[in-house]
Amino acid sequence: MKVLLSGNEAVARGAYEAGCNIASAYPGTPSTEILENLRKYKDVYVEWSTNEKVAFDVAVGASFAGARTLVAMKHVGLNVAADPFFTVSYEGVNGGFIVITADDPGMWSSQNEQDNRWYALMAKIPMLEPSDSQEAKDLIKLGFDISEEFDTPLLFRLTTRICHSSTPVTLGDNITHKIKGYVPNVSKFLCLPSNARRWHPIVENRLLKLQAYNEKLNKNIMEINDTSIGIITSGISYQYAREVFPDASFLKLSMTYPLPIKLIKEFAGKVKKIYVIEENDPFLENNIKILGIQVTGKDKIPICGELSQTVLKKSFNISTPEPTELTVKIPERPPVLCPGCPHRGVFYTINKLKLHAMGDIGCYTLGAFPPLNAMETCVCMGASISNAYGIERASTPEDKTKLVAVIGDSTFFHTGVPALINLVYNNGCTTTLILDNLITAMTGHQQHPGTGKTAREEPARKVSIEELVKGSGVNRVFIVDPYNLDELKTILKREVSIPEPSVIIARRDCVLRIKPQFAMKVNNDICTGCKLCVNLGCPALTFKDNKAYIDHILCTGCGLCQQVCVKKSISKEQKC
Amino acid sequence: MKETSVLICGVGGQGILLASDLLGKVAIEAGLDAKKSEVHGMAQRGGAVVSIVRFGDKIYSPIIGENEADFILSFEILETLRQIKFLKKSGICIVNNYELPPFSVSTGIDKYPENIPEEIKKHSKEMFLINGLKLAKEIGNSKTVNVILLGALAKRLSFPKECWIKTIKGHFPPKIIDINLKAFELGYNN
Repeated sequence: MKVLLSGNEAVARGAYEAGCNIASAYPGTPSTEILENLRKYKDVYVEWSTNEKVAFDVAVGASFAGARTLVAMKHVGLNVAADPFFTVSYEGVNGGFIVITADDPGMWSSQNEQDNRWYALMAKIPMLEPSDSQEAKDLIKLGFDISEEFDTPLLFRLTTRICHSSTPVTLGDNITHKIKGYVPNVSKFLCLPSNARRWHPIVENRLLKLQAYNEKLNKNIMEINDTSIGIITSGISYQYAREVFPDASFLKLSMTYPLPIKLIKEFAGKVKKIYVIEENDPFLENNIKILGIQVTGKDKIPICGELSQTVLKKSFNISTPEPTELTVKIPERPPVLCPGCPHRGVFYTINKLKLHAMGDIGCYTLGAFPPLNAMETCVCMGASISNAYGIERASTPEDKTKLVAVIGDSTFFHTGVPALINLVYNNGCTTTLILDNLITAMTGHQQHPGTGKTAREEPARKVSIEELVKGSGVNRVFIVDPYNLDELKTILKREVSIPEPSVIIARRDCVLRIKPQFAMKVNNDICTGCKLCVNLGCPALTFKDNKAYIDHILCTGCGLCQQVCVKKSISKEQKC
Repeated sequence: MKETSVLICGVGGQGILLASDLLGKVAIEAGLDAKKSEVHGMAQRGGAVVSIVRFGDKIYSPIIGENEADFILSFEILETLRQIKFLKKSGICIVNNYELPPFSVSTGIDKYPENIPEEIKKHSKEMFLINGLKLAKEIGNSKTVNVILLGALAKRLSFPKECWIKTIKGHFPPKIIDINLKAFELGYNN
């Protein structure tokens, strides 16, 4: 019986079938559903760790103790975890250890388009790349075996279209992997230079053995059809290429590092011209060219953005139907903060006070868009506080009083904490706003240390943000309700002007997690159509026939519009 | 069976991903190869959302290019236009007659285009306008619009109705199976 599973669901299923004991992750699109789905399998211990490096280190420890372990993250998460990633390559594993990177070609929900295949090459770690959900499941099982056989972590590379596409999968039985238990082994697990010097040649030799293994791997598939065109590809690119070139010969690689050199040479001997079809960087292409094999690819296929059948057809000048020309202009529909989002009032206030807000990663990054226009920088997880403090260091005393860092609750736990401690220690005075909606919202509501619940939603010790902040040396700590605009404005205005660090925690549940009781309504007889309320940027609030109009279904009754309406034309009613 | 591609579009929060889940399951239930693709994350926060379902004897790519969809099932009328370039000239549009103005329209910067149905008709073989919300209110649950629309699509696909009913029964928690079956019937017979 086949079932339709997303790539992420299939990875979780594969890990379960392979007897994975322990899995850790930090949520990040497109990887989040891997751990969420692993929760279905009671035999696997799962946790949301505070960040990707912590998740990685937890998994390493579990592997050292002989458990089969998996750590999952989005592509930029591996930057956070890069430090142990490189060292564990040298140290090796005890229980099988898979590192999942979910890359995001096309940047559907990411800040860059980095191609994490280079990490495998740089860290000298084997890499597997599935091209659909069945392969995702099968290769995860294989990955644990490779990791244990070759004493190495294994990089498992997914992309958005693998993670979030559902394709048929045949389910299998699971095995039980008995955890071996921790046995001290200083010569293996302690990365002193004297040990590492001994390990490095072993790693180089391991690559040669892995290459020999890859030459015979039955998951690399050679299909010889028309020999005038040969295509070397992997991952989702295979599916696009197979559809655009139905008659061509293919070498589809499942293990893309270290490359099977003899196999590629054999394929090259069978076909006249070889194209390498891959998304983003010329990773395969460059590494095949180094072998002295004539191939092309990126001279035609774009490096930037996602591939698709259409992109490939255009790259190869294959005719496509006439594009549809519309005679009407279609207004854009960018993502927006939800109706009733507790972040809205904070950004509205920042805008009104004309502050410079340095931002971070989460739903609240949407505060940068009009009409709120209340975020000016965003670099990476946890950067807001240090970016604001860095700007403070380079600012005049007067400009210092206009700076604020904006960071979410989960992001604060992720990497905001050391940044805040740095600011306190180095005598900074930037005000930090922690937007605490009591959940990791952007990625679909995952638990974190402040929620009091584990990944399985069982009780956990709750880490108090206010106590953590006070313990870090911040004396001025305030908790406000972000639905109260007057209070927000008074406290924020005061705190930015005071030359010592303050933290304002704007706390209210993510609106998607509550059942709204009320909705707002406009009295058309009083509304003058001044549009003050429209400047809140609420999707429930529109402008119709020169009056404000509130969509009863969308409205959650947060009441911000009522607070900004100078004519008092907005009132609250029971939600029907 | 020759491959069929359905593009489902609308605005984040309208239940698009549920509709595509059900369609994918029905195709598998019918013994076909099927692939479904969607994008999660930031786009879901009130932005334009698209899900693609393809089924047939053998499907490679989970996504489609321009002029490749046989059907568009649209939950919001303007979103139909945004995606219509993906529809074959011989394709069919099933459209929820419902307007959700994007922010630029709410604030008066842009205008919500007029005569959208005429424009859709120009680029498709057939168009069916469904008053999803009105029908949903008839059965007393405004959250069933997505299943009503799916019923309207099911009517125009070749899967046996029993396949749909079995899939719906297996998908929802027991207490909302009946209302969703009712919604499906309503869309199917509309």
